[in-house]
Amino acid sequence: MLNSLLNIRAARSVRIIVLFVAGLLWAAVMAWANTGTGPQIPNIFAPESTPAHEIYIVSLFVMGICIAIFVVVFGLLAYSVVKFRRRAGDDHREPPQVYGSNQLELAWTVIPVLIVVVLFLSTARVIHEIQDAPPPARAVRVTVVGHQFWWEFRYPQFGFVTANELHVPVSDTKNPTPTYLTLLSADVNHSFWVPRLAGKTDLIPNRANHMWIEPRETGLYLGQCAQYCGTQHAKMLLRVYVDTTAQFDLWVQKQRLPALRDPSVTEGRRIFDSTACVNCHTVNGTGARGRFGPDLTHLMSRDTLASGAAPNTRSYLRLWIRNPYTIKPGALMPAMNLEDEDLDRVTAYMLTLH
Amino acid sequence: MSSSAVATSELALLRAHAGRPWVETLHEWVTTVDHKKLGLMYIGYALLFLLIGGIEAAIIRIQLAIPHNSFVSPQVFNRLFTMHGTTMIFFVAMPILFGFANYLVPLMIGARDMAFPRLNAWSFWTTALGGLTLYFSFVGGDGLYGAGSAPDVGWWAYAPLTSTAFSKGHSTDYWTIALLVSGFGSIGTAINIFTTILCKRCPGMKLGKMPLLAWLNLVMSGMVLLAISPLTAAQIMLMIDRYLGGHFFDTQAGGSAVIWMHFFWVFGHPEVYILIIPGFAFASEIIPVFSRKAIFGYPVMVGASVGIAFLSMSVWAHHLFTIGMPSYSNAFFVLTSMAVGVPTGIKIFNWLGTMWGGKIRFDTAMLFSIGFLVQFLIAGLTGIMLAVAPFDWQLNNSYFVVAHFHYVIVGGLLFTIFAAFYYWYPKMVGRMLGDTLGKWHFWLFLIGFHLTFDFMHVPGVLGMPRRIYTYEPGRGWEIWNLLVTVGAFFQALGVLCFVINLIKSYFRGAPAGNDPWDAWTLEWSTSSPPPAYNFATIPEVKSRRPLWDIKHPEDPDWKYE
Repeated sequence: MLNSLLNIRAARSVRIIVLFVAGLLWAAVMAWANTGTGPQIPNIFAPESTPAHEIYIVSLFVMGICIAIFVVVFGLLAYSVVKFRRRAGDDHREPPQVYGSNQLELAWTVIPVLIVVVLFLSTARVIHEIQDAPPPARAVRVTVVGHQFWWEFRYPQFGFVTANELHVPVSDTKNPTPTYLTLLSADVNHSFWVPRLAGKTDLIPNRANHMWIEPRETGLYLGQCAQYCGTQHAKMLLRVYVDTTAQFDLWVQKQRLPALRDPSVTEGRRIFDSTACVNCHTVNGTGARGRFGPDLTHLMSRDTLASGAAPNTRSYLRLWIRNPYTIKPGALMPAMNLEDEDLDRVTAYMLTLH
Repeated sequence: MSSSAVATSELALLRAHAGRPWVETLHEWVTTVDHKKLGLMYIGYALLFLLIGGIEAAIIRIQLAIPHNSFVSPQVFNRLFTMHGTTMIFFVAMPILFGFANYLVPLMIGARDMAFPRLNAWSFWTTALGGLTLYFSFVGGDGLYGAGSAPDVGWWAYAPLTSTAFSKGHSTDYWTIALLVSGFGSIGTAINIFTTILCKRCPGMKLGKMPLLAWLNLVMSGMVLLAISPLTAAQIMLMIDRYLGGHFFDTQAGGSAVIWMHFFWVFGHPEVYILIIPGFAFASEIIPVFSRKAIFGYPVMVGASVGIAFLSMSVWAHHLFTIGMPSYSNAFFVLTSMAVGVPTGIKIFNWLGTMWGGKIRFDTAMLFSIGFLVQFLIAGLTGIMLAVAPFDWQLNNSYFVVAHFHYVIVGGLLFTIFAAFYYWYPKMVGRMLGDTLGKWHFWLFLIGFHLTFDFMHVPGVLGMPRRIYTYEPGRGWEIWNLLVTVGAFFQALGVLCFVINLIKSYFRGAPAGNDPWDAWTLEWSTSSPPPAYNFATIPEVKSRRPLWDIKHPEDPDWKYE
């Protein structure tokens, strides 16, 4: 076989194919080395939480089996394409006509069936481990409500509501504190996917789904909505902050407080409270009790606006309030058509909501 | 009548037609019930929509080449991916496969036409009307709220996004009605193919002696009859929800979003097997001829095909692994989804066995078939990975899945369709497709396909969901998306070569004669193109390869079958 590969005339196309595949692989390795690693990469093969880790292990197993199958079958295919090609001096007689082989058919039925049995059993075990795990008493509970195009996070154990940026405590293997999520939707289908923490689970209206995460390392984990939900599905981003226990407790304490009352922004608060803002937004401790849009009580404790669509800075905040369509066209918040001075005052008010 | 005498009289007829007014020719085609003309119209219709669907894909890829791009708005992007998917499945793949089935099945079973020629015509025109309806939405979708244009709900049109609360105007209705109408066309053709194969085979052609293409189209037609009705039912329920006060899928009123998902995927999964099975048919005819051997394991191939048809009806909820089904439900669909891989793998091994010990000729049709074998193997293996439900909890709705199903439909099905063109165009037109252009088509398309769809797996693994009009920089997705877009342009160039080849060869291709490939099934015994009546006398067959028996009287197949 090597002899025929070295035969330049006959194997030219084979060499071209080999070179091309090698080129593809090289490009892949180069690109992966430059982009596949790094803390902000939501890589499913860099798990940092128990369910993601269990998925990773079983995925290595199934990929190993599939790669082995590929190598064998592709090897046979490549061999047959080279070995059984019509040669230049061919006598044009038909080759022996072989119609089948019962032994071969049996072999290549039984072996795949065995592979299926092994794969199924390993898979069933992981399904059970992840889906049927009962929540321990120390678990933090969060209710996630999906909206077009933002995330509502309710912490029933602590009595507050926040939006778009989820904080959970890191879990210690000796004293596990996983976070159990109940998933609901206020409108259409969404899906909660933070790859390094867990597989995704859908948020389906008129149905309560459940999932859990058990992060082992502190840090920021990125994700986004993974079920097409309308115009701005692409910008329904997720940020999960895995805090130390101390950091988490501090964050919870602050979120439970009502809104800071800064006397220098009274005018901005008055505009907010007397226009349509209160129909959609809640600011605890004021008259604003709207539930259609995100809770703004602690807006400035978040790093981003509009579910990750923009950084949470004064200029982006002002731009968003002036006209959300400049940042997220198709978002359900309308442009408020405020005069410039009123816009500045409302923005100043928002900036005090730490 | 000898074949050359038949050819001469056909030529005389053609010369007589040359001076005909074009209105008469148009009238003949519009009113035809001849399976060959209807087949060609299906194929031509599908090719036009292939170009349109391809342009939609190109625009999608340009938008996604870099993060935060503004080539198209989110609203336009969402319409584009919806229309791209809907077009490619319902108005490219289905019609082209029905077209080839229409053309080839009567010829290969020794019949003069399909069992129901007028139903055949009705089915074609109904399907065609569906496609036109869908595309009319671009101009006519404005409804009461001026919120129209083409549908933008994804080709699965999940509820409740499709309710009037979340989809105003008529864009969703265009999706619903276009598919409802073309669904009737599909059912009509399926009835026709099914009946023709069961009732119109020539003498001596028992079911166990008919070509695998006939078996596979029989199986496909049976599946169409079973699978289309759930979609039609769901679409009627959706219309009732939208206009007659129904609440089937209206979750605000206690309806169920999940029920739409089940109805859709009970159709949707068998649908993708309906698409690939005729592709298997092409491979099963082409690979033996260019390996110079009979198909390996004919009875097992028949059994595996029927097995795939039944098993594929039981796997649909692997599209629903993330909706929160109980663990035992998930486990059941894991098992069935893996099980369907067994007969599929058996088919790959049998094609390999056909090539083994043969004398392989690398004509363009065979190049595309070999590409199919490798690519379908890879696609099947990524499918097995996705069947592992926990792995699917990560990869569902990501670009890994998009890469997987394009690998099956483009790398698998489209490659066999290209092979079928190179193989049967000479029969249909009477001229060979150009070989140089054919090789350019193959290599350009192969390079483009792999650039695009090999690398597309990576963003999925890195957390990129599908159906997003843009993405954030810094997540490691940029380089892969750029490479994927570059590949799309190589594919476009390949398809351009193909279209030029089709047109150029029609006028200047080498004359094909009856049997340019030295093949063995009945269609190669008539002239190219065949006369309207297909065969002067209905043939009588003794084996699966009647022409092999004629060419090798000392060593006929019927001695060994």
